[in-house]
Amino acid sequence: MSVYVIASILAMAAVTLFCRAAPFLFFMKSRPPPVVDFLQIYIPPMIMTVLVLGSYKAISFAKAPYGLPEIVSGLAVASLHLWKRNTLLSILGGTALYMILIRVM
Amino acid sequence: MDKNDDKSAFKAAFSASVPVLLGYITIGIAFGLLLVKSGQPWWLAPVMSVVVYAGAAQFMGVGLLASGMGIAQIALLTLVINARHMVYGLSLLDRYSASKRWKAYLIFALTDETYGILTTVEPPTDASSDRARESFYAAVSALDQLYWVIGSALGALVGGLLPFDARGIEFALTALFIVLLVEQMRAVRRAPPYIVATIATGGALLLVGPANFLVVAILASILGILPFRKALS
Repeated sequence: MSVYVIASILAMAAVTLFCRAAPFLFFMKSRPPPVVDFLQIYIPPMIMTVLVLGSYKAISFAKAPYGLPEIVSGLAVASLHLWKRNTLLSILGGTALYMILIRVM
Repeated sequence: MDKNDDKSAFKAAFSASVPVLLGYITIGIAFGLLLVKSGQPWWLAPVMSVVVYAGAAQFMGVGLLASGMGIAQIALLTLVINARHMVYGLSLLDRYSASKRWKAYLIFALTDETYGILTTVEPPTDASSDRARESFYAAVSALDQLYWVIGSALGALVGGLLPFDARGIEFALTALFIVLLVEQMRAVRRAPPYIVATIATGGALLLVGPANFLVVAILASILGILPFRKALS
């Protein structure tokens, strides 16, 4: 264990904390402008869209099984959730299906 | 009454955090295993998960530490990977404004998954006071970090010995994001944010590639939604 490793980890921690704290520090004294009120509503659905699509970025759709386990399981999660609206059931059901599909496909 | 509020907030937080439990334990194990294989002592895995607590940056850190990259460059790459968190905070300003006891920790512990739960899952209805709300946020944040710390310690200590073939269980996190997206679609029934974010993600993947697309996609989404401000209000 070297000073280098410890210093690197502290640097990573400091930068990460800075990223997370920046908006709160920036708007500590002043009221955020109205556009921030608008963004507070629309950022969450956009981030969730980006994160879902991003989860599919590593799949190679060009070769077998053509991303089918991911797509089928993802659709299963969404359908289960639209139907029963039970978060745990949707996630466990979809994950179990995915674990089966990657072994049989 | 305060104690009861805390208790029901904790219960609700635990059930909201179970999907993260599955994902963080397994991905944490993968992280711990990778770190030890790169030549670091086992305890560095839980230590990183306690003080850094940022999954993507920690995975990147394993490679950077092994290659002996300069500290300034490590800091810069961490900034690029975690810049998206600035946007998360921006949309939590109101939600966290009433927090006092736990605010600093809530900000420190803001990961993708915790952000998703806190912006989508409503705290229990019988706990509507500011205090109970804050307890719920703090409990979700702390449980999520606990899962991540336990996962990384397990992976570093016994990751190589696990007999159970858990391949694919990490899909739980994708499933969590899908569920949260469905919930967002129920709450925000307007097309522009979803269309803008889809185009932004596609464009970012094509332009900068899968390794660094996230921050570009999120910034492009924000720029892209601004012209719809009049139409959406």
